[in-house]
Amino acid sequence: MKNKKQRSLNVLMNILLILYAVFALFPLIWMLLISFKSDTEVFTTTFLFHPTLANYQEVLLRSDYVRYIRDSVIVAGGAVLVSIIVGVPAAYALARYNFPRKEELAFQILSYKFAPEILVVLPLFMIYQKLGLYDSYFGLIWVYQLISLPLLIWVVRGYFEDISVEIEYAAQVDGYSWYQIFFKMLVPLIKPGLVSSALLAFIFAWNCFTFPLILSSNKVYPVTVAIMKYLGTDSAHYGQLAVASTVSALPAMIFALCIQKHLVRGLSFGAVKG
Amino acid sequence: MAGKKKNSAKSEWNKVPFSTRVRPYLIVAPSLIITIGIMVPFVMAIWYSLTNYSFKLPTHKFVGINNWVSMLGDPSFWNAVKISLLYGLISTAIEMLLGLGVAILLNNLNNGLSRVLRVLLVFPLMVAPVTATIIWQLMLNSSVGIVEKFLNLFGVFNFPWAASPDTALMTVILIDVWINTAFIILLVLAGLQSLPKSPFESAKIDGGSAWFNFTNLTLPMLKPSLYIALLFRLMAALQEYAIIFALTKGGPGDSLMSLSLTAYQKGFKFQKFGAAIPYILILWLIINIAAKRIVNLQRTAQKRAAGLEE
Repeated sequence: MKNKKQRSLNVLMNILLILYAVFALFPLIWMLLISFKSDTEVFTTTFLFHPTLANYQEVLLRSDYVRYIRDSVIVAGGAVLVSIIVGVPAAYALARYNFPRKEELAFQILSYKFAPEILVVLPLFMIYQKLGLYDSYFGLIWVYQLISLPLLIWVVRGYFEDISVEIEYAAQVDGYSWYQIFFKMLVPLIKPGLVSSALLAFIFAWNCFTFPLILSSNKVYPVTVAIMKYLGTDSAHYGQLAVASTVSALPAMIFALCIQKHLVRGLSFGAVKG
Repeated sequence: MAGKKKNSAKSEWNKVPFSTRVRPYLIVAPSLIITIGIMVPFVMAIWYSLTNYSFKLPTHKFVGINNWVSMLGDPSFWNAVKISLLYGLISTAIEMLLGLGVAILLNNLNNGLSRVLRVLLVFPLMVAPVTATIIWQLMLNSSVGIVEKFLNLFGVFNFPWAASPDTALMTVILIDVWINTAFIILLVLAGLQSLPKSPFESAKIDGGSAWFNFTNLTLPMLKPSLYIALLFRLMAALQEYAIIFALTKGGPGDSLMSLSLTAYQKGFKFQKFGAAIPYILILWLIINIAAKRIVNLQRTAQKRAAGLEE
């Protein structure tokens, strides 16, 4: 009896998941279809059409799109790397130590997310020009910290707080150095949080539009700004836009595929927590 | 959770050697130094809100609180506050519920389907929001869109979507939900994956029902992660600009003129930067208050969850 109930519940859960998946994935499939359509066929709803690779040729061969992708990889990847190097220790300190004004400091870091980008970007434009950071990789990686760092610190901090101090002490007693404890024990435990927030930070940095639009021009040309070219004022090239967007989503998709096994925490660590 | 956490009393903290006391500040310092540049624009913005700053004018002069007074007397300001709050709260609420539900399904169904979807369902987040909006615009087109053809099967014709003030808000929220539910799914799924196993094992021995386990174990332990997801999603939703701008530029009429849209319009279209800034600062204030509240809830939930896990 219980088995039967369990099975029908399982079927129901699968159906619900598939329903959501259709909602989430159909527009992506539609975008992929549009990328193979000529501009005259975009406004049709038929799946049967004359597929063409012209959009792909136009975007990938006849423009600098590959270079824009490279710039985006450097800038978004660099931003996440810097955030991890600076942010994970900060998250650890904010979780483990109890020091005066701790919560204020944590909130200060969070508050960088409050200020709408446009408020930040115009004064920053003037500052960047004076400092020579305008239109440079470093300049964008720096400003992207406003996007990636608060998210990373606040997510990872929660995972550090979940690990009890006792296991750190126990490892110390066993003669492990702080670095061994950090990299061999703590990092595997925070992995789901670190990996998911790093992926999200990468996506948000990748999709950022306002900052690169105003703070860079020719030397550094991220893909989000480049995509706008296909929405020309005279006529929108939907097919090319779809190609550009599909190709632009690929690095994040590859990133997601690479890290997905790390989203699941190692089995043996279940016993360690708490 | 004993040990270092007991140092909370100030006098005790002062007994700790200076080198130890200074350590946490040193570790956090790089993060603050990297991001401190933001305070410069912020202070400048407060100053500009008291001037008639414009890209058109060669110089600007101090006008006192004129910009603030005219904003508060403008009925479109109150409309903008209403739309920002409606958009932010409704879209975030739907995304939280949907995201939590889907994450639980993905976590509980440990089959091939769920393993594949764990990655695929994050994909909507990876399409640039402006492009995502344009794809939806094509799909929702009320004469040739694929969704229209689908609705026709159910006898619904010419559903107006973004073209009518009555359904425009619903349409942008739909697109927002499509893009951003993935954000909640990813964070909640990571949270679910890192729940300790032992409380569930003892609950199994006690023979509690699935619902009892969910409300008494899963939810309290998941709450800190849920609040973090809520915090970041709400902050972004209250500021949302790209989706609305790409879909209708704030229209039809002023039905989607949120605080961000109004500020951009005043600042760039009408070239009144000084008059635009108070709108952004009010938005900043709203987000600040909301964030403080959620952070407090998160801190409490975190402490409680730590207790539960012991």
